[in-house]
Amino acid sequence: MGILEVKGVNKRFGGLQALGDVNLSVQENSVHAIIGPNGAGKSTLLNCLVGKLIPDTGSVLFDGQSVLGRKPYEINQMGISRVFQTPEIFGELSVMENMMIPCFAKRDGSFALTAFAAVQDQKDIIEHAMQALEDMNMADKRHMHSSSLSRGDKRRLEIGMCLAQKPRLLLLDEPTAGMARADTNNTIDLLKEIRDKREITIAIIEHDMHVVFSLAERITVLAQGRPLVEDTPENIKGHPKVREAYLGEAQV
Amino acid sequence: MLGLEKKDFALLLIVAAMVVFAPFILNPFPEGSSLAQMFNAGYPDLMQRFAIFGILVIGFNILFGLTGYLSFGHAAFLGAGSYAAVWMFKLVGYDIIPAILLAILISGLFSLLVGYVSLRRSGIYFSILTLALAQMMFNMAYSVLGNPSSGYNLTNGETGLQVYNSDPQIFLSAAGPNFPNLLGFSMRSETHLLIGNWDFTLNAGYYLSGLLLLISFYISIRIFRSPFGLMLRAVKSNQQRLHYTGLNTRPYTLAAFVISGMYAGLAGGLLACMDPLAGAERMHWTASGEIVIMSILGGVGTLIGPILGAGFNEYFKNILSKINDSVLHEWMAFLPDGFENIMVTLIHPFVGKGWHLTLGLLFMAVIIFLPGGLVEGGQRIGKLFRREKANTSSAETTPSRETE
Amino acid sequence: MDAIILQILNGLDKGSAYALIALGLTLIFGTLGVVNFAHGALFVIGAFCAVTLNRIFSISFETIDPTKTDFLGNPATIKTTYLEHWFGPDIAAWMTDWSVPLAILLAIPVMLLVGVIMERGLIKHFYKRPHADQILVTFGLAIVLQEVIKFFYGANPIQMAPPEVFIGTMDLGILLGFEANAIAYPYWRMVYFLFSALVIGAVFAFLQFTTFGMVVRAGMVDRETVGLLGIDIDKRFTITFAIAATVAGIAGVMYTPITPPTYDIGVELLVLSFVVVVVGGMGSLPGAVLAGFLLGIVESFASMNEVKNIFPGIDQIIVYLMAIIVILVRPRGLMGRKGVMED
Repeated sequence: MGILEVKGVNKRFGGLQALGDVNLSVQENSVHAIIGPNGAGKSTLLNCLVGKLIPDTGSVLFDGQSVLGRKPYEINQMGISRVFQTPEIFGELSVMENMMIPCFAKRDGSFALTAFAAVQDQKDIIEHAMQALEDMNMADKRHMHSSSLSRGDKRRLEIGMCLAQKPRLLLLDEPTAGMARADTNNTIDLLKEIRDKREITIAIIEHDMHVVFSLAERITVLAQGRPLVEDTPENIKGHPKVREAYLGEAQV
Repeated sequence: MLGLEKKDFALLLIVAAMVVFAPFILNPFPEGSSLAQMFNAGYPDLMQRFAIFGILVIGFNILFGLTGYLSFGHAAFLGAGSYAAVWMFKLVGYDIIPAILLAILISGLFSLLVGYVSLRRSGIYFSILTLALAQMMFNMAYSVLGNPSSGYNLTNGETGLQVYNSDPQIFLSAAGPNFPNLLGFSMRSETHLLIGNWDFTLNAGYYLSGLLLLISFYISIRIFRSPFGLMLRAVKSNQQRLHYTGLNTRPYTLAAFVISGMYAGLAGGLLACMDPLAGAERMHWTASGEIVIMSILGGVGTLIGPILGAGFNEYFKNILSKINDSVLHEWMAFLPDGFENIMVTLIHPFVGKGWHLTLGLLFMAVIIFLPGGLVEGGQRIGKLFRREKANTSSAETTPSRETE
Repeated sequence: MDAIILQILNGLDKGSAYALIALGLTLIFGTLGVVNFAHGALFVIGAFCAVTLNRIFSISFETIDPTKTDFLGNPATIKTTYLEHWFGPDIAAWMTDWSVPLAILLAIPVMLLVGVIMERGLIKHFYKRPHADQILVTFGLAIVLQEVIKFFYGANPIQMAPPEVFIGTMDLGILLGFEANAIAYPYWRMVYFLFSALVIGAVFAFLQFTTFGMVVRAGMVDRETVGLLGIDIDKRFTITFAIAATVAGIAGVMYTPITPPTYDIGVELLVLSFVVVVVGGMGSLPGAVLAGFLLGIVESFASMNEVKNIFPGIDQIIVYLMAIIVILVRPRGLMGRKGVMED
């Protein structure tokens, strides 16, 4: 049983079958990539995993517990952290403040009316956040206004914020979309480091084949809402059906 | 000290000094001079309003400045507080403590209800919901619950809610003043300090409001600097990200809403303490609009902005409406006659009864050019001076914008 | 039954005003993405165009007629309006009588101008700014506009009369098979309803059948793509805003005989119009129109004495109650597109 088990998920929007009988099994502590051409249903599937959509049929189990019908914050508290396609951080806060928030969420849960403590007195949170920043090599930037970070740095910060919560599953949504080659390689290195140094499962939805083949241990290919094939990278590389689905997209 | 950082404590002391010495600072001109009549603001009514509206806007700022939710209906809580206080006067007596407590309680309950409904949406929908709910409450206060002939006249409609001799006033002591008072000390009592040609009025009602202003200010600083405050700022910055980081944003926004509602209730209750009368027009949405204007003028999201905004608005409202044609002629007297008349005609629409116009224009100017209000203005001026003194660059790090 | 029909009719004229204002609001919000709190003020400007035209028509000069004397024995002064002087008494009288509808001719260029200035001068700079800022600056503008009107026209309501032929009520009862005088409906209100139906129809026709209209509709669905297609979106925004302003203005013109205009009716109407837009669905033009009429009729029913006896004061709050219920139960409104403005 994988840590994330998707079985028989269907989702229809009006006349469009966005997801048809999708099955997916993500093994714990592995890196699992979900790929597919545009319109394959990757985003829809992701939304079903994080609480934004409820599939018409099927089940999504995380660590044995159903995720369906839960709000995104509940799912996060269960242990899934999501990285967005465009880096989503708190632009009006400093880098340090950004990092403290997931630490607070981890410590205090989904709501705490701590209106009379002072942030600066929360030594444990500050330590936790500093550690998380150092892991990302961003400690020197901690007083910077986060909106003035470069895009690559914003991405690092976001991933750092997710990791600070020590999630069981890190879910990345096309993390290198729109990135230049250098930034992409940095992100790959970062993810490799995370994969090697931590006990964490990584699920990544990606378009960039270079990223996928550098990182993934298992790949699921979706096409037109249906799972096409699920296998190791080597077997996927030469798979005729995959090539056909992509119709010549991206030389692997 | 008091759980505050040095910078914040200094700010608190400055505001405390301002409050204590306001009767002096606001009366710079000798009594009887024409300048005094125009510009002196040191009389009880006005000073009380400075403090009370300061409290109101401090609370509003927690919802709008910190959390980023623009409510167009906060005057409803102000009104609710006033009505509650007057009812306490009518039923229990003129002691202000129960009145203020009930005001805060009632407005807290109202804001819980209104907030629960309105916060189901965000952005424009939220603003329109608060507008609709507040206007509904105004209409109810004005007509439905204000009909003297009906069985449930809570607000006395157009006439307003007042205290009559026939009211029960159970605990009213015969010895105490026939006016809202704190343990016998009437809100109206005042002493005059005559120093040379200057006349300074020290008024009990003002100092009570000022004390409550300081307490409210202190609480707001604590909130700003707390984890709760940090979460509110995160809501404003990126609510989606906060949600996906495991935090349920709804209770945070609701808490901010109720807190700001209670501040408004306190302000409403205090207004009634200074003048035991409550009217529905206090709940009209244009009154809510004025709250928004005050918070923008001062500087949204800053600590001292609300106090500056409230003070600025009340002061200039007061001055502008006092300037009429004869005053203008006095000022323009040095010009040749033709010019004098032209100037008076040009300025006339903007003063006296036309002060709304000036306020509206000023408000627009602030939004367009100086969205950070007076605080931003002060910061920019400060930067000008600093740039002339030193020429150091700020290295690679841009300091994060700390809430002042 | 006749009472019900009467109430429906009663709601139509106010509903028409709501519909027209809401139409403009939705147009501006849907195309430009701007929340325009000054829209009510545009209605008021239009109304005061009617007032102004009426006053212009009444400008008179005095002449002394040596052949007649007044009661004091002095030569009589005769006041002649310039209108009479130029066009002769008959035409002048006709023009004065029809000053309200004629004011549309004045209002259209005025509103177009105002709309263009507003858009180019102010609104344009707020496209990229958050909705809160848009609300605030247009709110400020609304205050300024209404104060300006107050300055020039005073604070008192100004009675305006419809053309004489439309004064009085028409007996719809007979037309519909009821007793005579069972349903007596003022002519001018019927005229107003037909007028607004005409304007609404014209706007929809324009959107449906012209290229410009097609671009506007496309822009309402996806502004970015339209911009990317190389279409000069700026000019179209200006024109759209001007059209919306004009619709509001002429709605104001024709409404003056129904309710004497004051400088602050804009504010009250605006709040209700926003409620209408929300109920109809933000971004939906047919929704705005429908909701306008619906809310006007509901308000009318709520002011029936029978209803007020059960729920006193219900007429004051029914519209807001409906908005609250709609926002909670169906946030996209009756006809709004899914995903517009949803959380």
